[in-house]
Amino acid sequence: MSAATTVAWDELIEADRVHSSLYTDPAVWDAELERIWYRTWVYVGHESEVPEPNDYVLKSIGPQPVIMTRDRQGQIHLLLNRCSHRANLVCDAAKGNSSAFRCPYHGWTFANTGALLGYPFSSGYGGRELKSELGLARVPRMDSYQGFVFGSFAEDGPSLAEHLGDAAGEIDRLVRLSPEGRVELTAGWLQHKVRANWKMLLENETDGYHPQFVHASIFAVADSGIGELYGEKSTAVCRDLGGGHTENDLRPEFRRLGEPLRWFGTSPERLPDYVARMRAAYGEAAEQILVEGSPHVMIFPNLFIAEIQIFVLQPVAVDETVQHVTAVQFGGAPDFNRRMLQQTIGSVGPAGFLLADDSEMYERNQRGVQVRRPEWLVLKRGLHRERADERGHLVGDATDEVPMRAIWAHYRSLMEDRR
Amino acid sequence: MTAVRPVDVDLLREVEQWVFREARLADEGDYDGWEALWTDDGVYWIPANGDDTDPTSQMSILFDNRSRIALRVRQLKHDKRHSQNPKSRLRRILGNVEILDVDPSAVGGDVVVGANFIVYESRERGTTIWGGRSEYRLRRVDGAWRMARKKVMLVDNDRPLSTLAFII
Repeated sequence: MSAATTVAWDELIEADRVHSSLYTDPAVWDAELERIWYRTWVYVGHESEVPEPNDYVLKSIGPQPVIMTRDRQGQIHLLLNRCSHRANLVCDAAKGNSSAFRCPYHGWTFANTGALLGYPFSSGYGGRELKSELGLARVPRMDSYQGFVFGSFAEDGPSLAEHLGDAAGEIDRLVRLSPEGRVELTAGWLQHKVRANWKMLLENETDGYHPQFVHASIFAVADSGIGELYGEKSTAVCRDLGGGHTENDLRPEFRRLGEPLRWFGTSPERLPDYVARMRAAYGEAAEQILVEGSPHVMIFPNLFIAEIQIFVLQPVAVDETVQHVTAVQFGGAPDFNRRMLQQTIGSVGPAGFLLADDSEMYERNQRGVQVRRPEWLVLKRGLHRERADERGHLVGDATDEVPMRAIWAHYRSLMEDRR
Repeated sequence: MTAVRPVDVDLLREVEQWVFREARLADEGDYDGWEALWTDDGVYWIPANGDDTDPTSQMSILFDNRSRIALRVRQLKHDKRHSQNPKSRLRRILGNVEILDVDPSAVGGDVVVGANFIVYESRERGTTIWGGRSEYRLRRVDGAWRMARKKVMLVDNDRPLSTLAFII
């Protein structure tokens, strides 16, 4: 019997509350690996991380190490980091450039396409040719959108386009902030480890209720207006984009303010080159792009686009998660890129003005869900005022819990899927 | 880095005492005392993914100019800096203190000091041990040593790290 069928999901996930054991139970964790991490589309890496032929980077799908390579012809591959002979790891370096990977244990050599190129003392196999049958394992499906590469361990199932649904439009919004229509994730990654279940992070990413409290210190000392975007009077909304994807849509606030680059806390005078390039690239449409800014969207289960940062959630155990984070860099925007990088370094990672406090909350929550009473976490906020928008997506006020309910409804549908 | 030269023992003792004091102020959360150690153009840097990645093009764990150092201290003093309220209990050991360079061309005659460290951190999360090497650029300002640069090279800066909200 699989782990997923031993858990009574309907008894743990209700419309307005979820049970603590979802964050702590090893059986739930096993079921998630089977039904989510080793089945649905999971974000792996960005094409800009392997720009040249034979580039590679070590990535992951949940706890599984995946090598993302670009072969000599430019094709991207997602290979599992396990020698087909005796299971040794074939790749050690976080990134590099190589046409082949040689296993250190017995010298088996694999092309960056996964093909087995050779193995020492080949007569020891009695003349049988192993090359065609013993290449590196591949992630069964791979597809990309705007350079964002996703993998799925399911041989078949919904396409990436079907998986992304309307979340694809949020990726488009991000990419459109580049005068060349190109995102580059070339600034390297911080890895921030937290002793918390991955869903604590997933839910927090589009929780508009917490910023004024968790981030009170930096908002106060930096005299920041960000907190007000997530206040009672904010006209921003939270949204269920479908498929477990959720967002905080801050555009209503930025449209109301009507100032280009206000969303980044700056003005066109401070970034004249960038603004000139945007106007040249997009003409009259540039104004709206610069006013509305970048998305704040959590693409289920692991890709969080937080305006100018990309976070990748990697669950490694039921109570441990690694957040990988980098600064967004836009093609054709060197002046903007420098500022985004420095703002990102200040905000995120183990010492970040923002993320150190988020992470403290994740870890406190993880200890809290082990307290025996009450057994439930409450998701009721904004239930009385949620409504459908013009596209039919459920939206709530800025601080409402529409996203959490959306995540859990989708999660339950995956866990109960009998496929 | 200059070639090996005879050790100026008096200078070594002086800068050793200075970096020990900096360590104690950080351990004890004396944020104002610690901030007063900086020059007006100080830079505090914790690289990631190696010890020499370019902080102007690559992610660092921390890369503070002087105004950001001040912001960090103000945040640490705010009671809603949750990741340091309560403060971590901290004690660190510095060792292998070396004078790496004496740069008479710099204003005031900068001294670059290297030291290895082990930091023992205790908080609700548990105990975390941080290890690495720091390089300090010290400068005489109005007769007293000030820190113009502190670079903290964690040995595990290319791996997943726990929250590091205290001053290291």
